[in-house]
Amino acid sequence: MKRLKKLLGAFLLVLIGIGIGKFILGNKPKQVLGPTFFESGSSGITSNGEPTKIKDGARYEVKDGESIQAAVAKANQGDVILVYPGTYSETVYIDKDNIRVHGVIENGERPTLNGNKQLNDAFLYSGNGITIENFKIIDYKGNGIMGQAGNNFIIKNNLIINTGVYGIFPQYGKNGLIELNVLSGIEDAAIYVGMCDNIDVRINEVFESVAGIEIENSRHCLVEYNYVHDNAGGLLAFITPGLPIKTCDDVIFRGNYVLNNNHKNFAIPGSVVSKIPSGTGILVLAADNVVIEDNFIIGNKCFGIAITDLENGGMKFSTDGGLDPYPDNASILDNYMANNGYNPSGAIAKLTKVAMLDKLDIGFIGGGSNHCILNPGRYVTLGLGSFAQCEATSTKAVKTYMLPNPVPPKDVSQMKKGKMAYYGICAGCHSYNNIIVGPSVADIQMIYRDNPEGIVEYITNPIHKRQDFPEMPPQTHLPEDIKMAVAEYLLKVTK
Amino acid sequence: MYQMYNSSNDKGVGGLQTGLPQNRDGFSPQQIDLGRYLFFDPVLSIDGSISCASCHQPDKGFSDGLAISKGVKGKPVHRSAPSIWNSAFIDKFFWDAKSNTLEDQMQGPLYSENEMGNNPINLLQTLNKLENYQALFLEAFPEKEDEEISLNEIYTALTAFECSLISLNSPYDQYAHGYHDALNEQEIEGMNIFRSFVARCSECHTPPLFTNQQLAVIGTPEPKGRPFDKGAEVPTGDKTLRGSFKVPSLRNIALTAPYEHSGVFDNLYDATEFYTKGRGHAVPDSIDLIVHWHIWEPQLSVYEIERIVDFLHTLTDESFKPQIPQAVPSGLNLEI
Ligand code: HEC
Ligand code: HEC
Ligand code: HEC
Repeated sequence: MKRLKKLLGAFLLVLIGIGIGKFILGNKPKQVLGPTFFESGSSGITSNGEPTKIKDGARYEVKDGESIQAAVAKANQGDVILVYPGTYSETVYIDKDNIRVHGVIENGERPTLNGNKQLNDAFLYSGNGITIENFKIIDYKGNGIMGQAGNNFIIKNNLIINTGVYGIFPQYGKNGLIELNVLSGIEDAAIYVGMCDNIDVRINEVFESVAGIEIENSRHCLVEYNYVHDNAGGLLAFITPGLPIKTCDDVIFRGNYVLNNNHKNFAIPGSVVSKIPSGTGILVLAADNVVIEDNFIIGNKCFGIAITDLENGGMKFSTDGGLDPYPDNASILDNYMANNGYNPSGAIAKLTKVAMLDKLDIGFIGGGSNHCILNPGRYVTLGLGSFAQCEATSTKAVKTYMLPNPVPPKDVSQMKKGKMAYYGICAGCHSYNNIIVGPSVADIQMIYRDNPEGIVEYITNPIHKRQDFPEMPPQTHLPEDIKMAVAEYLLKVTK
Repeated sequence: MYQMYNSSNDKGVGGLQTGLPQNRDGFSPQQIDLGRYLFFDPVLSIDGSISCASCHQPDKGFSDGLAISKGVKGKPVHRSAPSIWNSAFIDKFFWDAKSNTLEDQMQGPLYSENEMGNNPINLLQTLNKLENYQALFLEAFPEKEDEEISLNEIYTALTAFECSLISLNSPYDQYAHGYHDALNEQEIEGMNIFRSFVARCSECHTPPLFTNQQLAVIGTPEPKGRPFDKGAEVPTGDKTLRGSFKVPSLRNIALTAPYEHSGVFDNLYDATEFYTKGRGHAVPDSIDLIVHWHIWEPQLSVYEIERIVDFLHTLTDESFKPQIPQAVPSGLNLEI
């Protein structure tokens, strides 16, 4: 009887299972875009200062076997590209503003970008307001996702494995979010914020890479709630010399799990991170105003936290006269630290030996001033003699380092646009009184008095009128508003 | 057109739509025109044989087509003549970055024995004897008090002319401003390789000027028989800068062969291939250099190198190429 009951129960369960399954399959939910951080708030992130109009934009669907780039080529500002599960082997470059590339996850399966170790980068963007989310990116040679001077970006919920030098690498960007990504197997930093401002790096998992998260020559960065384990080095705040942006300032490492970063350092010889000793928890190299707070820093065999200058950092760089090589104003607030520095190497090994330490949670080596710490007695430390007691106990007031409003595009008047286009383009062939290549502006003004529309028409589709002149090349590369602006400006030129 | 964009870091380095760095401007048309005459006039050299334009020829991207330039009496200069397009935006001059202003820079060629061989006293005497120039200087500097032409006026006029050499409307720029048909497929492919983190070209040759205006040690070879060039170690006395050179702008690069400070490569394929032959492969064993970390082994294929070269050709724009004067105010033969 008992047995029967059991069987029956199992049978029932199966039935219910099928029923539910059917229900799900039968009423396959319509694809809705997942909420993103910005849509939930009132201010969207766009580069034109208006709230995101994602919902009004066109949608392009890309299915297995099709090209994501082809959709990018068709898309305009505010459009969404939905990429369905499948394998895509391409480099997607986005040189437009406000495009959202959204992977559709079906039954847990993401669209995969596979570089087959042949392709350089999976995503390259230079536009502002770019969102890239929900992809699996594997086997590229350069970067998983690289941004070049795109502001107001979101890189979210991607799985990035073995993509070469960096996993996620925004460069020269202002105001961005890197959230909920999982990265591993990266030869340099899994997440590398280079020469950026106002970036949040939150809730990512980075492991089995040379460096976990690197903030380099950037300002106002919040790195929080990340799970950073089994890399050669965990969290880095660096000034690297020889770059055009020369400061690294105001970085908060808060609430991260920095565990067992004892992976072999497999960096490319000559690279900056190749010098990081395996077993590095958090390394502050020459950066200023770094706050380290509420982190679990455990089991990193060389050290838990080290603060050092360029010379003592063991990196061999050419001198850069434009920067300050010393770290200043580091604040080490409360952290949980245990079992760090049990098997150090290199310079740290020598120093701990001299100091007769068999562990090392926190070390300060070299120049730089004005550092502070809370409750130093809780940790095994080296060289913290000059550290004051911190006055602040928490950075809780800082919720985000992203800007309340997206970085707006530069505000240039119509008149100024016209002037720029005139001097930048037309003045190479037209001058007021003289004939350079084309007719003089004075002549053009006579033909088109009060008729800027006529000029717009002509420059879009020039007709060969004058036998003794060459043909004028069409100016179709100019956006409509610029064409009008330059036409109006041309009619006003007086010398 | 780049004035439409921000440079969020104010340094004028970034991506396709990044504003330019600070530039020099505010010169009057008369000053620019006077500068143009001076630039083309061999009267600036000690024996009236060469002008600035002898080594910076408009038709050769303001370079001279030689590995090593030749000064008065054919004397060799120790480096290759760089382009001077877009100098208005540059803040370091010479391959070893030893000068910070155009005014200071030009005193190098003017007064060095193996370039124009002149000296300030002779230069002033010569120009002050020429009525044409006296008149032109008066027009260019109407507020000047004494009649005599001064050195500073000469420097200002030449600077004014150099700052008028703007090249920012190449097919690449049209692409950057949003006209994506300006580049063909192969050129775009080349652009993507150029900016990828495999080739890393744009890490140093950063848009919009295609230079980040930093010094870098990349370890290019010297042509056979020429000694190692210590680069910026010489003016700075800093050994860590041994063999470092200013990252040159690549605008109009297709016009300025041969390449590098030494002119060692005579085409863009070779200049690009250099980067994939191994870190420090061309550095003599006896010389210890701190090679830049971006120099690595990107293993670029022949195909990729060719695409980069295609892309480099899209950086050409000569729409503001100045007219070569019919005659120069000194009446000397205009020889370029
Ligand atoms: C590469 C040289 C070149 C550039 C750059 C150029 N033009 Fe022209 N333009 C010409 C030539 C040559 C003609 C005469 C063509 C003909 O008559 O066949 C011309 C003619 C014109 C005319 C006279 C049309 C007519 O009806 O007679 C207008 C208007 C004009 N250009 C406007 C512009 C504007 C505005 C710009 C800048 C956006 C510009 N051009 C840039 C070479 C140029
Ligand atoms: C004999 C050939 C020669 C003459 C004449 C000459 N130059 Fe040059 N110029 C060079 C060479 C070679 C260099 C690079 C030298 C170096 O870096 O050591 C150079 C460098 C420059 C640069 C620096 C460019 C940069 O971005 O670093 C400028 C600007 C320049 N010359 C302007 C002038 C002017 C103005 C004159 C006339 C007063 C002039 N040159 C005369 C050969 C010449
Ligand atoms: C680490 C910084 C760096 C990187 C990365 C870099 N360059 Fe350069 N580049 C330089 C420097 C510095 C020079 C001048 C070297 C010399 O004269 O010896 C130079 C010179 C050149 C020249 C010759 C310029 C002239 O006027 O003679 C070309 C062409 C060039 N680079 C192309 C490239 C390409 C293509 C790539 C990518 C494959 C690249 N560079 C990557 C720093 C860099």
